[in-house]
Amino acid sequence: MIRADTIHKAFGSKRVLRGVSFEVAKGESLVIIGGSGTGKSVLLKCLLGLERADSGTVQVAGLTNPRPQILAEHVGMLFQGAALFDSLPVWQNIAFRLMRGKDNLGHEAAHKLAVEKLARVGLGPETADLYPAELSGGMQKRVGLARAIAGDPPVLFFDEPTAGLDPIMSSVINALIREVVSELGATAVTITHDMRTVHDVADRVAMLHDGQFYWEGPTAEAFSTTDPVMQQFTQGLTEGPIPTLR
Amino acid sequence: MTIASIFGGTGRAMGDIFGAIGRLTLFTAQTIGWIVRPPFYWREFFIQLVQIGWLSLPVVGLTTLFTGGALALQIYAGSARFSAEFAVPSITAIGMVRELGPVLGGLMVAARVASSIAAEIGTMKVSEQIDALRTLAVEPMQYLTVPRIVAATLAMPVLVAVGDAIGILGGYAVGISRLGFDGPVYLRNTLDFLEFWDIASGLVKGAAFGFLVSLSGCYFGMTSSRGAQGVGEATKSAVVLASILILAANYLLTEAFFSA
Repeated sequence: MIRADTIHKAFGSKRVLRGVSFEVAKGESLVIIGGSGTGKSVLLKCLLGLERADSGTVQVAGLTNPRPQILAEHVGMLFQGAALFDSLPVWQNIAFRLMRGKDNLGHEAAHKLAVEKLARVGLGPETADLYPAELSGGMQKRVGLARAIAGDPPVLFFDEPTAGLDPIMSSVINALIREVVSELGATAVTITHDMRTVHDVADRVAMLHDGQFYWEGPTAEAFSTTDPVMQQFTQGLTEGPIPTLR
Repeated sequence: MTIASIFGGTGRAMGDIFGAIGRLTLFTAQTIGWIVRPPFYWREFFIQLVQIGWLSLPVVGLTTLFTGGALALQIYAGSARFSAEFAVPSITAIGMVRELGPVLGGLMVAARVASSIAAEIGTMKVSEQIDALRTLAVEPMQYLTVPRIVAATLAMPVLVAVGDAIGILGGYAVGISRLGFDGPVYLRNTLDFLEFWDIASGLVKGAAFGFLVSLSGCYFGMTSSRGAQGVGEATKSAVVLASILILAANYLLTEAFFSA
């Protein structure tokens, strides 16, 4: 369902991705971990077509190196800060794509669909007519999730879904992600630093280190491996092979 | 400082300038390309028409009102030296509709609109809303840039026309209250000497300035770098570039319309 083949991406002299290759099977949830600035977000943008890889091939939902606009009906994306449109009420944010293009939902149908999706992420219908600025961070994430699943896409991407949330809200968002991914039978790729998200969301874990997938394996192994890089990262140790600034 | 470093610095600066001109030209060409491609986002267009046109009316109206009054005073002071005070109404009107209405209106809209467009789009970029648009099958140029540029290009001539009328009214008010003109005579002198092309040229300038103002705002918003500092820089640059483009375009259009 998702395949990346020797993706290279550099910004000037900084080589961020150095031949990243992986596959995610249909219905599988892959969580990509890695330190700040290791290229996780760049990789996600390459998968979405928001960044063009310097070389290598991306295949998502059967499309090769697709433009994001072409990919849109097959993919849902939850951005780190939710990226809701400030000028639109929540219901129009959720139904944004479906109100445009070939779906062309009318206002009534779009509002109904938005309320359904809000219910799915645990928000009441009264939220539909609020504006993003009136929502808390956790509510914005839920609305972002509702927007991502609005078209029941077969592929879902999550960029730091719990960033900036308290531990309880993080658990709620992780549980919601796990539920919607299972319900839709969707293929999911999540990037995160949050080990709780890894534990709750992943079927398989990959660690991006030095521009490549350094380690890949089942979730349980990610926490039990004796690999020093993985141990340092998953346990948050300041001493180890990953250089830290103190 | 060596000669090589002077030439090197100059060369880099020239390279930056030509690079910026090239990027702006490319952005302009892309914008025009997107204007003619469907879909056209009518809802966004009408929102921008209100934001750019209707909500700019007070600032443009006040600016031209006071400018019209000051212009009448200045022309009276100058023409009195040649015993040509009778020319105050016609020169005030011509000055307003040909130059001051469009230029001052354009500059006020540049301050108000270019900054807000750059800040809004820049913030959308920083908060990944532009990426979100693309993942939702919407082309940001088509959804954000085209409605703003079309709205500004259409709204500015109307703003200029209203500003012209208010500016002439300002001159009229000063003429009859401070300079001793008779009201009907002032109005007749104004209307008799104004020609169609005086007014039309100002409106064409207004459309050009509206295009340039919104183009500048959209360009710097779309190319703004990350963070609050990037958005601030984009906002400042948008206003500066829009103002310079307005003054440069005003000269070129005046040369094209009125050179002998």
